[in-house]
Amino acid sequence: MSEEFFHPFVLPFCIGVLFLLVFSVWKYWRWIRGFDKLQRAIIRKNIWTWRFLPAIWEAFREGLLHWRITKKNALLGYMHRSLAFGWFLLIVVGAVQADMAYTGHKPFWIAIFYNYFEPFSNIDFPQADFFANLMDALLLYVLSGLFLAMFKKVWSRPMGMKRTTRHTLMDRAAKMALWCIFPLRLLSEAVTSSLVGNGGFLVKWLGDVITTIGLDNQAFDITCWTLYSVALGTFFCLMPFSRYMHIFTEVFLIYFRQLGVKDSDKKTGYTMFELSACSRCGICIDGCPMNKELGIVNMQGVYMLQSVRNLELQKNAEPIAENCLMCDRCVADCPVNLDLSVIRRQVRIKNKKAIDKGGYGYLKDVQPFNSIGRVAYFGGCMSHLTPGITKSMETIFNAVGQKYWFMDRDETICCGRPLLQQGFENQAFELRRKNTEMIVNSKATMLITSCPICYQSFKKEYKLSIPVMHHTEYINMLIESGKLNLRKDDRKVTYHDPCELGRGCGIYDEPRNILKTVTTLLKTSQEREKSLCCGFNLGNPLLDIEQQTKIRNASRDNLLAPNPDVIATACPMCKKAFMRADSVPVRDVAEIVAENIVKQ
Amino acid sequence: MKQFGFTISKGRQLNFDEMKTDKVEKLLELVPSYKLCIGCGGCTASCSAAGFTDFNIRKIHTSFLRAQYDGLDEQLKRCMLCGKCLLVCPRGVNTRSLIINMRRVLNNVDAVTWRPQRELKQKEQGGGEQ
Repeated sequence: MSEEFFHPFVLPFCIGVLFLLVFSVWKYWRWIRGFDKLQRAIIRKNIWTWRFLPAIWEAFREGLLHWRITKKNALLGYMHRSLAFGWFLLIVVGAVQADMAYTGHKPFWIAIFYNYFEPFSNIDFPQADFFANLMDALLLYVLSGLFLAMFKKVWSRPMGMKRTTRHTLMDRAAKMALWCIFPLRLLSEAVTSSLVGNGGFLVKWLGDVITTIGLDNQAFDITCWTLYSVALGTFFCLMPFSRYMHIFTEVFLIYFRQLGVKDSDKKTGYTMFELSACSRCGICIDGCPMNKELGIVNMQGVYMLQSVRNLELQKNAEPIAENCLMCDRCVADCPVNLDLSVIRRQVRIKNKKAIDKGGYGYLKDVQPFNSIGRVAYFGGCMSHLTPGITKSMETIFNAVGQKYWFMDRDETICCGRPLLQQGFENQAFELRRKNTEMIVNSKATMLITSCPICYQSFKKEYKLSIPVMHHTEYINMLIESGKLNLRKDDRKVTYHDPCELGRGCGIYDEPRNILKTVTTLLKTSQEREKSLCCGFNLGNPLLDIEQQTKIRNASRDNLLAPNPDVIATACPMCKKAFMRADSVPVRDVAEIVAENIVKQ
Repeated sequence: MKQFGFTISKGRQLNFDEMKTDKVEKLLELVPSYKLCIGCGGCTASCSAAGFTDFNIRKIHTSFLRAQYDGLDEQLKRCMLCGKCLLVCPRGVNTRSLIINMRRVLNNVDAVTWRPQRELKQKEQGGGEQ
């Protein structure tokens, strides 16, 4: 290595890069070894396929362009994009520029400290001016994002964020280092420019200013470059311990996700990737009904992940992990698409280990019904408190001549999801085993359920070989195939998306199609992914009835805004919650359909 | 002896001096809404698990309140946490939380860390020997 490529000020930067490299490789290697058997099998199965292509596209779109954040708020997206994509381009274009300026072997820091070492080069390449101006434009782009980030610190409303995350000390230190990097780079380049006259439009202009002030001396030049290098080195050293690790981790996470890896009920290496991929942007805080209606701001996704990540905080992990409705609103909002509810459930499962033993010996007497050629209908526990739903379903079955077996007409076995949500993994498994055995032995051809909680459980947690449908899906199928003769009444209806059915299983259109067929469906301001939880979700064991009512009222007000005659929903629990509000009548989709059947 | 078809049941009176109310106090601290319970039995009437066995959640939590803890944990294991009792309760008692926390207190699981508490167990055993 020749003398002209080295100056001691590059050392902090080099140490930082080396530390970051070694530490990240060690960390990632450990996490990848922590994958469980199923996850390894999926990776082994899919690693030699073309799935890396969509992964590259998604990593580019989300890691650099921040597309999902842009869709939420354009300004917030611009801020993230300018910092991520701008810095990325700065490195890439800088490397190309250095490659063109110096032929032959050169150290890697040349691209970073290009303007300092440029005067020592003796090769003049034709596009030098173009590159200098391009680099300045990119630096300006990054600085504009930095300015917005500082602006957001003071006033985050224009960026679409009412509340921002409360960060840990390490995160704040890393942010300070990051914020210093780009202004210092501009300053150092400007001082060098004032001495030798290189650089593009921005650097030259600032160089002139520095000459006017009279700071154009060698010592100040070296000081600035040293500070720039120290800022970079500090940032790289703090990175593995701060939120900025998400920059690299997100790329890995996107790749594993594209390969088909899913989180399990225990903390695995994949969970570690998810924990690290959280950028702690705090977008999960604003949408959370616990924040909006109750002002509780210590348990949202970002803080829950922080408590899992940070072992010291695990002592207080209970109120954080348990105090959540599990309505999945944060999962829908998360720009990194983290499985926040799954990770929360992992903590709950870990918490409940000591008391997770069931005594369900009494279930063995329940016998399945021989139902070859029939569908099995599972009302769900809650439907027994809203018998209108099960009766309507029986009316509909009879109207289309569908033979059915009402699985839990008398003896109700829970689906197990309420237990699992609370972390009672073994107990839930016992119930799932019994239900699976009943359904398999009955030889039913299809399972229809009225409760979204059961539906999600049967769909995701059971491994049934027969199709599982929610009753809205089933009725929609009947309507589309013309088997059900319905009239259209003159009621105006708003539809409440149950959390478990909408965000949980992605069923938004079927109930809406049905309601459009039999009534007039009105739009509400917060629907589909943005629907508000009814507050009586079984996910949260800590809320008292007043708090639940507050959340319910917010959700009800949203539904009542367009002046409907009836509130429609597709979940017995939500129905029960809104029924207590004494506003307009509340009906399940099945009930509205059953009321409108035309008898032939 | 002649069988008359009825028996004399054991005395049910409580001796307040011998009652160990520490667990009750802890439970009321964890589930304050339980103080609102009027013992109407709506929870038992709606219970899914009661459809199969003599599981009686009202009896269980009343016994707990009287510090008669024997066999309660075994009973509570039958609960499926489906939450019907929660919806029928006219007083807004958080019954699911009540059941989870009764099990937790009976098993000496710490309220904050969810780990089994050894100290409390030893203290109790020590108290029993005296």
